[in-house]
Amino acid sequence: MAKSLPIVGAFLVLIAGPAAMAEPTAERQGELLYRLRQDCGSCHGMTLKGGLGPSLLPAALADSPAEALVEVILDGRPGTPMAPWGFEIDRDEAGWLVRRLKEGL
Amino acid sequence: MVETRFPKRPTKHLSLLALFLAFGLAGCQAASRGTGDLGLVVERAAGRVQIFETTGRSALHQVAALGDLSHASTVFSRDGRYAYVFGRDGGLSKIDLLAGRLVKRVVQAGNSIGGAISQDGKLIAVSNYEPGGVRIFDAETLAPVADIPAIYGANKARSKVVGLVDAPGQRFVFSLYDAGEIWIADLSSPGEPGIQKYQDIGRQPYDGLITPDGRYYLAGLFGEDGIALLDLWRPEGGVQRILDGYGRGEEPLPVYKMPHLEGWASAGNLLFLPAVGRHEVLVVERESWREVGRVAVRGQPVFVVARPDGRQVWVNFAHPNNDVVQVVDVASRRILRTLRPGKAVLHMEFTPRGEQVWLSVRDEDRVEVYDTGSFVRIADLPADKPSGIFLTARANRIGL
Repeated sequence: MAKSLPIVGAFLVLIAGPAAMAEPTAERQGELLYRLRQDCGSCHGMTLKGGLGPSLLPAALADSPAEALVEVILDGRPGTPMAPWGFEIDRDEAGWLVRRLKEGL
Repeated sequence: MVETRFPKRPTKHLSLLALFLAFGLAGCQAASRGTGDLGLVVERAAGRVQIFETTGRSALHQVAALGDLSHASTVFSRDGRYAYVFGRDGGLSKIDLLAGRLVKRVVQAGNSIGGAISQDGKLIAVSNYEPGGVRIFDAETLAPVADIPAIYGANKARSKVVGLVDAPGQRFVFSLYDAGEIWIADLSSPGEPGIQKYQDIGRQPYDGLITPDGRYYLAGLFGEDGIALLDLWRPEGGVQRILDGYGRGEEPLPVYKMPHLEGWASAGNLLFLPAVGRHEVLVVERESWREVGRVAVRGQPVFVVARPDGRQVWVNFAHPNNDVVQVVDVASRRILRTLRPGKAVLHMEFTPRGEQVWLSVRDEDRVEVYDTGSFVRIADLPADKPSGIFLTARANRIGL
């Protein structure tokens, strides 16, 4: 069992691509999900169905490339209330959030 | 033995009777209590509200199963007995504050933002994002009375509606976020609302307020530096722009939470308003509508609320400064005190005469009560991720 785990891990890295290598720590993941619900939720709704800001549910994000969504999180969207979060969320963390959002929480 | 046993039975019956009487009396006491010192706090993630009283500062009831309460707000029936809670999921819930129970709940839209109660207390209006518009309900039964779709432009698109308030003359006033319009709906004939529209009032009105006397409606603009002003005594005069360009062309700072304008502070002839994209509170003189000062504060203001006597203005902030509350002295327009209640102070509500202020501190899972004279914290009440706090004194105030 112990031997097979690293193999499974390596396989996952292969299929998920390099971005998956930079997973936030479990503690940080918890913080990010809390922030998503509580603070992103101010505009996008606690259930992410949308509010003043658009829905962040998988169906709503399906047509947007992950890279573009990462940029929106980091830099905001000029002309809209979407603020840049790059001051406290780094690129890897934003990438992890986008993957979670696209697959559904 | 029989003699000794015999008296015991009546005693048992008597104690049961006493128990019933006690419950009965307790019921009577609850029913005959006033509601003037009651309020509720929204536990938004739990979909629940707690009902509390501000005299002994204790929790009385919990009412659950209210749906998605993110951004939930409340108005009260004019007798102060019922609260109407507006949930994000379109839920409109009527709660009996004395009995501590849900009377009725309707899901009237897909996505809602707030509501108001009419001047005569008979109608409840709800502002919706999806489908964009305002819906009117009977306050007694929650039966639908009228539907006002917020249709605008050549494409007949529907706009999200924000900043809904009641106004004298059985009217409601609200703003169309996507359209940049202000509408007045006259519900004198409830089934046939008369609508007056004001177009091109500015980009992205994000919330609105009516002055406590019900005369002026102001819509804050996110898309421009300025505020749209409508004089409801002279609606034919149209919408005028005030505080135009208050950002002086400077690049706005990011806004991590939209300011809320329901509590825009009105103190004497001054209004204290949150700047958008600037860490300032703007001070505006009523009637001339000129800016007469600014107060530099710790972050992006969210709520800027005056103590009922107008002598202090309390300010909370957007993330990442939401662990701080600042108190502005109105006379000197200086920061009187900076408090650090804990992470994520979401809302502030004064008792009717202002000797206490109740703060919801989301990340600490508690409501904190402060003495507004000494700034001493006088009580804590546990609450699950508390957001809005609403006291029944709102029942008798225009615009709340």
